[in-house]
Amino acid sequence: MEYIASGFYHALQLILKLDSELLGIIFLSLKVSGAALVLAALIGIPLGALLSLKKFPMRSAAVSLLNTFMGLPPVVVGLFLYLLLSRSGSLGFMSLLYTPYAMMIAQTVLSLPIVASLTYAAVSSVNPVIRMAARTLGANNYQTAVAIIREARMGIMAAVIAAFGRVIAEVGAILIVGGNIAGLTRVMTTAIAMETDKGNFELALALGIILLSLSLLINTALHLIQNNKDVRSQIEGD
Amino acid sequence: MKRFLVVMMVVLCFTVSAFGAERIRCASTTSTQNSGLFDHILPVFEKKAGIKVDVVAVGTGAAIEIGKRGDADVLFVHAKELELKAVAEGFFINRHDVMYNDFVIIGPSNDAAFVKGIKKAVDAFKKISVSGSPFVSRGDKSGTHTKELSLWKSAGITPKGQAWYLEAGQGMAKTQRIADEKRGYTLTDRGTWLATVDKDKLDMKIVLEGDEILFNQYGVMAVNPDKHKHVKIKEAMEFVNWLISKDGQAAIADFKNKNGNKLFYPNAK
Repeated sequence: MEYIASGFYHALQLILKLDSELLGIIFLSLKVSGAALVLAALIGIPLGALLSLKKFPMRSAAVSLLNTFMGLPPVVVGLFLYLLLSRSGSLGFMSLLYTPYAMMIAQTVLSLPIVASLTYAAVSSVNPVIRMAARTLGANNYQTAVAIIREARMGIMAAVIAAFGRVIAEVGAILIVGGNIAGLTRVMTTAIAMETDKGNFELALALGIILLSLSLLINTALHLIQNNKDVRSQIEGD
Repeated sequence: MKRFLVVMMVVLCFTVSAFGAERIRCASTTSTQNSGLFDHILPVFEKKAGIKVDVVAVGTGAAIEIGKRGDADVLFVHAKELELKAVAEGFFINRHDVMYNDFVIIGPSNDAAFVKGIKKAVDAFKKISVSGSPFVSRGDKSGTHTKELSLWKSAGITPKGQAWYLEAGQGMAKTQRIADEKRGYTLTDRGTWLATVDKDKLDMKIVLEGDEILFNQYGVMAVNPDKHKHVKIKEAMEFVNWLISKDGQAAIADFKNKNGNKLFYPNAK
């Protein structure tokens, strides 16, 4: 209990001081997870929508596979990517290991199934009336798809938020492919793991509190975007 | 949707940045990093040589593997036998002793297995094995774990699978905390012990120290450029040579952890 109280105190002190090292770590966390999220959304949303809208053989097998990948153990993803990106691996020539780019790739792999799978669920649960209405109004395949995806945007936003939760808290994969190098690949979660190993519990806890606060801020912003869209669409009546 | 895409593009733009400056990558162990040694000596070297050293701190086993695969330029680890074996296999060159610290056996403060007074670590291990007290092993192929296994071997005991033998698979500080919780014994390095005994409120004490077999030698070696063309052998050798030079040795001797304890003793030849 004593640790928790002093953890909060310590966190407050760190925030007030905000030295450049901590700022760098925070910024890199946002950069890595942000980039991974963007990539996962750019690939995952179309993929999830396609799975839902297009009929093809083995579709349900593909969906099951995607759902399974939502539970990918980060350490396994990290190890797999390490072997791939290592100098002795097949992508070693790209010199990506122990760079922020390797960390972005790892987190994209981890968050992509979440975005795709939850997008699939959101698009699948759109009222079939929408499709029929679009068809009746003379929409072609593409226009129909756009109409359905628009209708599913709340659910798609939820998919992105869930994926954000996964990557911002993730440590196993980025520790392996990033290496927790000071000033280069050290992010909030790997710093927390390291400080815990060192036995600096207060500092670790303080960093954890800062990370959670940041998450809260970002989630609030995402929620505002989500709601704002909802209101706007009602006013516009679409 | 458009706004969503714009936000995403902005985020993506932020992620593009460049990394310049000469830097080498050093695969090392958690004990070296977590003690604060690198924070003390690397700035001295970086200022003098103009080379930035990026440290990847993992277990000794992983560090050697990373070096063998060519993912580092230089290694700074502590498992002399494994190091010499990897050098003999041609993966590394120019290995040198750099410094040492020592291992100690710690146990519950009531010393339930009556180890205190025993002089030889191997005898202490024999006693623990028949005492019924637990022994907590790192179980992670680290330098400390390697040392522990060699002691069991010398004692003629196969601990794996025994009810009293717990494999933590974690770092030293965590292993100590587990040993404390289980009222068991463990092998630790003096640096970690000194740095954590008060902070972690360990109800434990050193039950054996000073046996020569508990000597913990740290070595440095460069990744063989014949195996991996891309390694920065020139810069790596600058780092190796500095570590074993008078300046490097003095920087190591200078280092005290935040509790004011001297943790490493330079002994380059």
